[in-house]
Amino acid sequence: MVTIELNQPGKTVLMMGDEAIARGAIEAGVDFCASYPGTPATEIPESLARVADRFNIYVEWSTNEIVAFEAATAASLAGLRALVAMKQNGVNVCSDFLMTVNLAGTNGGLVLVAADDPSAISSSNEQDSRNYARYADLPLLEPADFQEAKEMTKWAFELSEKLGLPCILRSVTRISHSRGNVKLGELPEKKRTAKFEGVYISGAFVAAQHAALHQKLEQAREEFEASRFNFYVGPKKAKFVIVTSGSGWLYSREAVAALGLEGKVGILKIGTTWPLPEKFIIDHLKNVTEVFVVEEVDPFLEQNLKILLAEQAKTLGPIEVYGAKSGHRPPYGELNRDKVTTALASIKGLQPRTRDEKYIEKAKEALTYIPPRMPTFCTGCPHRASLWAIKSALKLDGRDGFVTGDIGCYSIGAGPAGFFQLKTIHCMGGGIGLANGFGKLEKFAFNQPVIAVCGDSTFYHASIPALINARVNNSNVLMVVLDNGGTAMTGFQPHPGSGFDALGRPAPTVEIENICKAIGVEVRVRDPFEISQAVQDIYDMLQENGPRVMVFRRRCFRIEAKEKLQKKYYVDQTKCIGDDCGCARFCSRVFNCPGIIWDQDAQRAKIDEMVCTGCGVCATLCPRGAIIVRGAAS
Amino acid sequence: MTLEKDPLNLIIAGVGGQGNILASQIVATAGIKEGLYVTVGETYGASQRGGPVMSHIRFSAQAQCGPLIPEGEADIIVGLEPIEALRIIADFGNSRTRVIVSPRPIYPIWVLSGQAKYPPVEEVLQKLGELVAEVRVVKVIQEGETGLAVNVVIVGALAGSGMLPIALQNFEDSIREIFAPKDLDLNLKTFRKGVELTGRKAVATTLVKARRRQ
Repeated sequence: MVTIELNQPGKTVLMMGDEAIARGAIEAGVDFCASYPGTPATEIPESLARVADRFNIYVEWSTNEIVAFEAATAASLAGLRALVAMKQNGVNVCSDFLMTVNLAGTNGGLVLVAADDPSAISSSNEQDSRNYARYADLPLLEPADFQEAKEMTKWAFELSEKLGLPCILRSVTRISHSRGNVKLGELPEKKRTAKFEGVYISGAFVAAQHAALHQKLEQAREEFEASRFNFYVGPKKAKFVIVTSGSGWLYSREAVAALGLEGKVGILKIGTTWPLPEKFIIDHLKNVTEVFVVEEVDPFLEQNLKILLAEQAKTLGPIEVYGAKSGHRPPYGELNRDKVTTALASIKGLQPRTRDEKYIEKAKEALTYIPPRMPTFCTGCPHRASLWAIKSALKLDGRDGFVTGDIGCYSIGAGPAGFFQLKTIHCMGGGIGLANGFGKLEKFAFNQPVIAVCGDSTFYHASIPALINARVNNSNVLMVVLDNGGTAMTGFQPHPGSGFDALGRPAPTVEIENICKAIGVEVRVRDPFEISQAVQDIYDMLQENGPRVMVFRRRCFRIEAKEKLQKKYYVDQTKCIGDDCGCARFCSRVFNCPGIIWDQDAQRAKIDEMVCTGCGVCATLCPRGAIIVRGAAS
Repeated sequence: MTLEKDPLNLIIAGVGGQGNILASQIVATAGIKEGLYVTVGETYGASQRGGPVMSHIRFSAQAQCGPLIPEGEADIIVGLEPIEALRIIADFGNSRTRVIVSPRPIYPIWVLSGQAKYPPVEEVLQKLGELVAEVRVVKVIQEGETGLAVNVVIVGALAGSGMLPIALQNFEDSIREIFAPKDLDLNLKTFRKGVELTGRKAVATTLVKARRRQ
């Protein structure tokens, strides 16, 4: 039973923040959802896709975030309720459209969920997407727990319709990817039909539209003044108040309790952070002399609050503000209760209860005793073979060639898992874009070959314009598309080459090699598991000029394993000669696949059958031919 | 309802691919069925590919807790892998922490490559025993028995241990809700096997007595 479709109003269930957002959308009667996968937002569209038929919702995985946002806006313009969800980097991709749809306006409820990743747990940056709300003059909501994630999403649709503007809901990893109690609400009867009317043009009367946008923002402020997502807890006449939003709320409450300050420190929790509910805040800061702003990443709330306090200096008198600027909270990294407790204790001149130093010392001593654990490619991962082929070919070539990287599972190829091959990583499509430039430096005595790697989903998302650019400017670049058949990093969502849609139904495909041919670049398609051929091909292509594309095609074994039985491999320990081989323990030490282990007793390699997926690449590479398919003639 | 300790903090520690998230989902859903506020904080994403994975589960009768357990405040640690249980003690353990652990190692890449050593499991358990109040070692997989999911057995062992104020029935109802009908029987069986390992009639459980700290 999928929890988010339960028709049991009043029942309390465990929900991930992302599921709560999806449920809120369902309770609001959402009709349309378009997104591109990205941690920690992926589970929102995924949850909606699971119940799409039951609630008559159209759900798609779009090619990238701006297309998703535009498609969702179309649904809004036709009078439907639409949601688009993305990770923080995705907001940058769709920002061009964001900066015009705010002026042109919307019709049906349109909600943009921006899921930020403080501490960049699964990201290449740590941006604070709340700035987009202020930048684009759009209303911003920040859920502080799981129940609010659901309630706010539901309300965001109503607010969007009332204002004729997209509404931004900003989540963070610890809301989106944490789970907690959610009390279910009613499921609505949906009767909407789509019809486009009116004119939505940004640019005809921009200054007038911008003026109207500011009026809408004032209207949003009025709505926010009475919002139940803003509240105060604590003593009636507290002199010291924590002002907090989002994930800061739960940490603040625990920090106040940990220091026993419940009777002295109040907490003003703001859920509607742009535009600020000014009257509400002023009312609650009338007797206050000190404020500590608790929020994650940028001092967004802090700076906006400081402006308000400056404006209200006559009414409120001097108020000391602690936060990022005062050094009590870093403007980077995620928060936790301990960070808030330490800061609060330091401001209040208190000594927080600390752990036993001797205990920590002893526990840390135990850490020196255990080996570290690095993320690596899965057993049977095609990326290991592809990066091995690239490494080998670059070595054969001998001109100090290098690899520009991109966003996906293969990003960890920058570390030992991929033999340290990736030398640059930025944003989606950034690898081929950079390679374009490197490939035009011959005038400056540059003679290093450049290989841009990108995943299949990344190819469609943001790499095609750069490849066209390489073609028309005749840039010397070899692009290697690591095509594993899906958006693997975020959980195997389909892309234009997959042949199925968000609901798992058959879909037309757009072939990578056909796009390359149409652009007019040479393209080869190889299986990276045919390892010697793969090395030879990369080497050959490195000797050519102009743009070239190699598609290393091999489905992610996690997708593959569902489809066919894998082969079983074993090490013939009579053939393996261990340290005498001269291969420097190639299979277990150099190739680094977790499926090959070192048998300490026998001093020979061994296959861990529990983890081996039977890709067989190590069998091809073993110099002694000691790795053998079970059942095959030896 | 009141809890003896509120919030009660549990960590499930393991390696990407072991089913840590599912284990935490079963335990947390059972807590909600018990009428508690439950918060689960999970670390995954990039760490999914063979890196350490940790779930923080917090139970309270009073209010929703934050998703991260404060330093040194884990009451119970469930280790799906022995060194991962030991690894988190420095940040989250204390001398009153109780541990349930599977002794089956999953070798990190640096051990496979011979650049680091995986210490003998008995020594890892001994070190754990010196740092916490109680270590229960649950041998999840017997010889010739590979079909059982470590995560579900360990959840069973946790349920059977009585460390959580949650009725066995609520765990089973949680499993019924989470698994698809075709997987339900096997998982219930697996869960009950875990319960037997730590329940009152447990025979296959090793108990490493804590050395009393000075």
